[in-house]
Amino acid sequence: MEYGLLVMGAPYASAAPHSAFRFAKALIDTGHRVAGIFFYQEGVHNASQLMTPPQDELNMRDAWIALHHEHGVALEVCIAAALRRGIMSETEAKRHGQTHFNLQAPFELTGLGQLLALQQRCDRVITFA
Amino acid sequence: MSHENERLVIIRHAPYSSNALREGLDVALVAAAFGQTVSLLFLGQGVLALLKEQKTGAPGQKATLPTIDMLEMYDIDQLLVPQSALDALHLQVDQLVEGATVVADEGLPELLHRHSHVMNF
Repeated sequence: MEYGLLVMGAPYASAAPHSAFRFAKALIDTGHRVAGIFFYQEGVHNASQLMTPPQDELNMRDAWIALHHEHGVALEVCIAAALRRGIMSETEAKRHGQTHFNLQAPFELTGLGQLLALQQRCDRVITFA
Repeated sequence: MSHENERLVIIRHAPYSSNALREGLDVALVAAAFGQTVSLLFLGQGVLALLKEQKTGAPGQKATLPTIDMLEMYDIDQLLVPQSALDALHLQVDQLVEGATVVADEGLPELLHRHSHVMNF
């Protein structure tokens, strides 16, 4: 089956990202496809490039990026939720007169319409909050 | 009645407790703007979002009641509340905004089943 995941918890604050990541791995290991992960609400913090946990802890952002590179999983971040919480791409930073940015490809800022499209495209969308 | 391609958005968070209510309503509004038929189901603390006597929150907190009042303009006219959710908070239906509909708890499984797309906020 084709799955989409909706992640609404921040790393190191909520178990949601870890659970979602392990679920994605389990899906792939059992022959399912993960079309995309949509990060919404506090989940947008998963995309922060400045996330720097101690070396003996999993770097959640790097884990998502590896999932993207190894299995072609799209990493979509709600733009409105991200900007509200200080997560922005270089383009958005310029547009809003900010000096810095902290989101880079393969994470992508996108609209809520993409979440609806993901749900329509996939057999299942599972929420982790 | 077939509800294929109709969307049910479940709201479980109270106003001002977090941004979850606002961002959940945003999903409903975007879906409606895309021409989808959207119903809202308010569970648990989410019912508090429908209280008609709401003042604005602490300084700087944007109220969500204007968004609730605006839903009808987006053709979102199904604001569903299970009787048990009202009872749990000692609320009466006349304390809620116009347009809120009380549904029997027994009908909930069927309600979820007949919507092809369900999201929880």
